[in-house]
Amino acid sequence: MSFALTPERQREAEEIFSRYPNKLAACIPLLHLCQEQHGWVSSEVIDFVADRCEVTTAHVQGVVTFYSLFNQQPVGRHQIWVCRTLSCALGGAGEILRHCEKRLGIRAGETTPDGRVTLRTAECLAACGQGPVMQVDKTYHEHLTIEQVDRILDGLLAGDEK
Amino acid sequence: MLKQVRNLTRSYGVPESWTLRVSREQGGYESARKAYAWPAQQIIDEVKKANLRGRGGAGFPAGVKWSFMRPHPTLPAYLVVNADEGEPGTFKDRTIMELDPHRLIEGCMIAARAIGAHAAYIYVRHELHLAKERLWGAIREARDAGLLGENPLGSGWAMDVQVHTGAGAYICGEETALLNSLEGRRGEPRIRPPFPAQAGLFGCPTTVNNVETIASTPTILELGGEAFSRLSDLHHLGDGGCRLFGLSGHVQRPGVYEACIGLTLRDLIYELGGGMLPGTKLLGVIPGGSSCPVLRPEETVDAPDQKSVLHPWHGMSVLDVPIGVDTMRELGTMAGTTCAIVLSDRACPALALQNIMRFYRHESCGQCTPCREGTGWMERIVDKIVAGTATIEELDMLYGIASNVMGNTICAFGEGASMPMLGFLRKFRKELEQHVRTGGKSSTGRLNA
Ligand SMILES: Cc1cc2nc3c(=O)[nH]c(=O)nc-3n(C[C@H](O)[C@H](O)[C@H](O)COP(=O)(O)O)c2cc1C
Ligand code: FES
Repeated sequence: MSFALTPERQREAEEIFSRYPNKLAACIPLLHLCQEQHGWVSSEVIDFVADRCEVTTAHVQGVVTFYSLFNQQPVGRHQIWVCRTLSCALGGAGEILRHCEKRLGIRAGETTPDGRVTLRTAECLAACGQGPVMQVDKTYHEHLTIEQVDRILDGLLAGDEK
Repeated sequence: MLKQVRNLTRSYGVPESWTLRVSREQGGYESARKAYAWPAQQIIDEVKKANLRGRGGAGFPAGVKWSFMRPHPTLPAYLVVNADEGEPGTFKDRTIMELDPHRLIEGCMIAARAIGAHAAYIYVRHELHLAKERLWGAIREARDAGLLGENPLGSGWAMDVQVHTGAGAYICGEETALLNSLEGRRGEPRIRPPFPAQAGLFGCPTTVNNVETIASTPTILELGGEAFSRLSDLHHLGDGGCRLFGLSGHVQRPGVYEACIGLTLRDLIYELGGGMLPGTKLLGVIPGGSSCPVLRPEETVDAPDQKSVLHPWHGMSVLDVPIGVDTMRELGTMAGTTCAIVLSDRACPALALQNIMRFYRHESCGQCTPCREGTGWMERIVDKIVAGTATIEELDMLYGIASNVMGNTICAFGEGASMPMLGFLRKFRKELEQHVRTGGKSSTGRLNA
C-alpha cells in the first residue's frame, strides 16, 4: 500500500518545501514528518519521499541508513533514549540504563513485547551538566535518580490508553 | 581571573525570556539596528577588533572568516549556524536557543548583513525539541514585527531565517558534513578546497558559525569591538571577550556559566563549580569537550622562554592558566567548546577512556579508512585493557594507531578521536599499565562518584 500524509501534515510538507531553493533539501525534514505519522520509515515512506523530493529511492535509502534517528523497523509507541556518554556516565548513567532494562524486561535496542516502549542508548544529548539524562519521546528528564526513573516508567506503562 | 558577566546570559532567569517582549526590554535588536545602518565592512572590522574566536571548537577568528566571503556575480550567499551541539560534555548552545532565541536571530541579522547574505539556516540537532520550538516561535515573532522579511527595520535588506534539523549523527557538527546534511544528503564531510566561503551550501558562498559565536555579535556591536575584546585577560593574544563555560562531572555545581576570558580551570571547578563532590579528589579535567586531551592537576607549566605564550604562568599549576584558544593549545590540549568534564579519583581512567573511544568508534562516518578502521581498532584494544586481556605491546600499539589516524582523514574527526587517546596514554600511562599487569583490576571499577 502506498504512503500518504494526512491533510494537515501535507500542508506542513508544503511549508517545508518553501524553505529551500530545491526539493532535495527537504528530504530529512520530510522523513521526520513521515516518521512522526507512521512511526518508522517503511519502504512505502521511502518511495513517497523519493517521489516528492524528485530523487531516487536509493538516495533516500542512503540518507535513512546514515542517521540514527530514522527507525528502519517499527518501534514502540514510546521511545526512551538513555544517554551513556562520559558526563552522564560519571553521574551514574550505567545504573540508570541497567535499571530501565530490568524494569522493562528488555535490553537496550529492544521493544517491550506489548509494543509500548522501545529502549535505546543515546550519545551525548547536550545536557551534560544535568546528567544522568534520558529522553522520553520529545521530553528530556534530567538529574535522574532510580526513583524518578520508576515514576517515569510507571507513567508510560500505565497511562497509555491506545 | 574570575570575572562573571551577564552579556549573553542577560535574559536567563527572566520569566518568558524567549519572547520578543522580554528581548526588547533587555535591549534586543538594537545592535541589529546599528548593523543595518552600517556598511558591511564596518561590521566585519568591529568583529575583527573584538577578537571573537569561534566558539564551536576550533577557535578561528570570526571576523577573518567573514572577510573570506566575496560577492558572487550570480549566486546568493548563505549564513549557516551550527547548532548541532554534539561534542560530549558540551551543553551551552542549547541554553541560548532555549532561553534567548531572539539573541541568535539578531546575531543572524548582523552576520548575514556583514557577509552579504539574505538567508540563514540554523542547523539544530533533532533531539533539541524545545530549542527548535523556541527558535521557530522567535522567528515568527520577528517576522510579524518586521524584523525579518522583505524590509527589516526599514533597511531594504531582505532577511529570513529557517530552522533545519539533523537526524542523529555527531559528524554533522563538522561544517561540511553539516552542509551535506542540510542539502538532504548523507552527512559525510567534503574534501576542501573548495572551502565553504567559495562553494558551500547549494554550491554558494557560505559562512558556517557556531551558535554562541553568532549570539555574541549583538554584544560586540553594543559595547564596541575593542571594549568587547578588552573584557578578556587574553586580549593581547587576540582572544577577546566573554564566553560561556560549561562544567560537568564530579563537581558540586555543574552548569553553564558566563565569564570573561581569563577564567582558569581552577576558577571554573572550585569557584563557579563549588569544588569537587564531598570526599573526592580531582583526578583529571578535560577542558573543552571530549576531543581535548586530559590535564592532570599535578602538572605544572614549563615555559621558561620569555616569548612563550605560557611564560606568565611558568612554574604554576596548569589549573591556573586562563582557558584560551592559544594558552590551551600551548599546554598540549584545546579550549574546544570550553565545557569542561571533571573526573575525580572515584572514576577509573581506563573506563573513562573506554567510554570516549566507544563514542568515536560509534560516530565515525566511515568515509576515510584510517578513521573507520582506526577508531574500531582503538576501541577493541581499550576494551581488552578494561577486560584484562590486553598486553603491554597492545597498549603501546595505541600510540601508533592514534598517530596514523591524525592528519590522514578528510575532516578533523580523526584528530578529535586520536587526541583524547594520546592524552590518556600520556597522562594515565601508569594506571593503564597497571590495568594490563593486574589482568584488568581497575583502580575503582566505576565511573560514578
Ligand atoms: C567531528 C566534528 C564535530 C563538530 N561538531 C560541532 C558542533 O556540534 N557545533 C559546532 O558549532 N561546531 C562543531 N564542529 C566545528 C565546526 O566544524 C566548525 O568549525 C564550526 O561550526 C565553526 O564555527 P565557529 O568558527 O563559529 O566556531 C565540529 C567539528 C568536527 C570536526
Ligand atoms: S554526556 Fe549525557 S548529555 Fe552529554
